[in-house]
Order: sequence, then structure tokens, then C-alpha cells
Amino acid sequence: MEQNEVMGKVVDILRPFVKNPSALTGISMDTSILKDLKVNSARLVDIVLEIEDAFGIAVTDEAADQVKTVGDAVSLILKTKA
Amino acid sequence: MLTPGEVLELIPQQKPFRFIDRLVELTDARAVGEYTYRPDESFYPGHFPGNPVTPGVILIETMCQTGLVALGIYLLGLELPKAEVAKTVTLFTDSEVEFERVVRPGDTVRVTAEKIFWRRRKLKSNVVLTLADGTPVAKGTVAGMGVSRDNF
Repeated sequence: MEQNEVMGKVVDILRPFVKNPSALTGISMDTSILKDLKVNSARLVDIVLEIEDAFGIAVTDEAADQVKTVGDAVSLILKTKA
Repeated sequence: MLTPGEVLELIPQQKPFRFIDRLVELTDARAVGEYTYRPDESFYPGHFPGNPVTPGVILIETMCQTGLVALGIYLLGLELPKAEVAKTVTLFTDSEVEFERVVRPGDTVRVTAEKIFWRRRKLKSNVVLTLADGTPVAKGTVAGMGVSRDNF
């Protein structure tokens, strides 16, 4: 699975949780999930579980803690699937 | 492992905001609790004058006190000693609930909650609220997160 395809799926998973939809327009690998997209931190567990289901992977809590940006999530998924 | 009695003792909500009388079932997968709304509950005089109806937000709180607070305390008790569990409080994070009928003063309700997930101190549960005879009242999903009492 290529980076762009993973990013597209990640954005689809994030979209319902985004409180600042205008930030989706220029979304990039550097976009911060909490600061730019204004996702409620209490929903991060829901997002991790949706990513696990969508990509058929298991994400450790320690790895999830390191994810700050969309790019961090995409890299983690690609690394875990490899 | 905490007993249902110990879990009830550890639930921080107290009168007039306590909506759980007993836990009739408690496992790592589900919790069943019951509560009878007293005719002198604080909200009935205003909701509504002359026609008391239990507010929907109170029904949701009732569902949460069994489905998130009690079940969450039990699950946390599988990981931590009782003294540490006592330092944690469950904060409501999100829900989606649908109501089917009203609940009146004196009615006894039963909350049946089934764990959807428990991860990183976040608990999400399917909850069904019925009257004591099984009549459906409300159902949905509720979620909450355990945080230290010192952190808010």
C-alpha cells in the first residue's frame, strides 16, 4: 500500500472527529491531529482502534503516544504493515 | 478483583446525583445496575411543574453510572490496587443515545451495559435502559475516560 493511499484512508478515519474542517483543505503529512485539526484528545483511542481495524494492524500504546501528525500516523501504519 | 459492594463504595457520585442502588451483575464484559427514582428527586419540581418526568440527561447519567463508572472501576480494579482505583474518576467523553419512553417518579430502571472496548483507561459501552419489567426506555453507546482526581 502506498503512502498516498494510506494517507487518504487516515484522513477518512479522522474526518468525523475533526473540529476544524477548514484544516482538511490543505492537509499534509505535517498537519497536527490535535493542534491543527482540533481533534478532541479523548477520541484518540477511538481513532487508533479504527486504524487498527481498517489496516488490520495492532498499534501499541507506546507507538500511539508518538503520533502527533497525520504523517506520524501514516508512517506508523506503513512501518507496522511492512 | 473488586466485589460489587466495593465497586459501589468507590463510585464517587453521591446524593443528589447518585443513580445506582445496586449492581446485580458485574464481570469484565458487562454490568447490570438498578435504580429507583425517588419522588423527591431534586429535578422533578422543575421538570415539569405538575407533570414530573425524569430528564433525558438524568437517564443518560444513570446509564453512565452503571455502564461507565461501575464497569470502569471494576476493570481498573483488575489492573490496580483498590487504593489506586479510589484516586481515579471517570469523566464522560461521548455518547449516542435514543429514547423510547418517559420515566416517572417511583419507576425502577435497569441498566444493562456491555463493554465495547477498554483501552488506555477509556471505556466505551453499549447500554440498554429498561423499566424493571423489561419495557425499553433508551439505548445507545456511552464512553468515558478514567483520570486522576488530582488532574482536574
